[in-house]
Amino acid sequence: MNTEATATLDARGLNCPLPILRTKKALNGLESGDTLHLISSDPGSVKDIDAFCTQTGNELLENNSENGEFTFIIRKG
Amino acid sequence: MANAARVLEPEVNRDLFNQWFDERMAQKEAEHVPSMIIIATKGTLDMAYPPFILASTAAALGWDVSVFFTFYGLSLLRKDLDLEISPLGNPAMPMKMPVGPEWLKSINMNIPNIIMANVPGFEKMASGMMKKTMRDKGVATIEELRSMCLEADVKLVACQMTVDLFSMDQSEFIPEIQDWIGAASFLPTAQKADVSLFI
Repeated sequence: MNTEATATLDARGLNCPLPILRTKKALNGLESGDTLHLISSDPGSVKDIDAFCTQTGNELLENNSENGEFTFIIRKG
Repeated sequence: MANAARVLEPEVNRDLFNQWFDERMAQKEAEHVPSMIIIATKGTLDMAYPPFILASTAAALGWDVSVFFTFYGLSLLRKDLDLEISPLGNPAMPMKMPVGPEWLKSINMNIPNIIMANVPGFEKMASGMMKKTMRDKGVATIEELRSMCLEADVKLVACQMTVDLFSMDQSEFIPEIQDWIGAASFLPTAQKADVSLFI
């Protein structure tokens, strides 16, 4: 799954709102249709990333949590 | 425009008009860029977070954001940020050790006001502990959030009257400040904003 994403962003150890801000920055560098693999350890990012994608027209393809880590696959809109 | 002309025709075309109107409204809404204004009036470390967190996050969502810094809020735009917290008279502020064993870190120390008020350097110490806790928990520094706001084109405007009132100088503040203005210049921006916050 990781290998399929265009880019990977490791936001572990960062707290609100940094995962969102870093995600936005990472998406800025991608083309429409590219995917971003995001890893976060902030539990608040689960709802925030979802809301961020809805508002900004990006698509949240996957959303998993395991051992206190949250992974997301976002497709740039 | 063909549809618009038909609006004037009688009731038969009402449904058509309603459909056109709904579509037009939906289109307008989709094109609308949300906007937010914040009036930042506090200059302590804890109260520096809400305006910068909300402004940078809104900018990440693609919103137009302006923040007006007035009175003590102006301190947030200094070149050299040296912000402190004041636990005195703020019973809601947790007073916890940022270092040591877990049992010690979890204790909320109930420090009497007379100590907080009389021990020299108490605020410096409390501020240092708060900054350490924030760093350990991965919370951004104010400097970091402020530069992210600037990067994301958040408009930072400052109150001219505050500078004059407290005999400060514009050179003490970051050059990225878009404008030095007064209430009359900022309110028209606030009037058009979707979200207005006073912090």
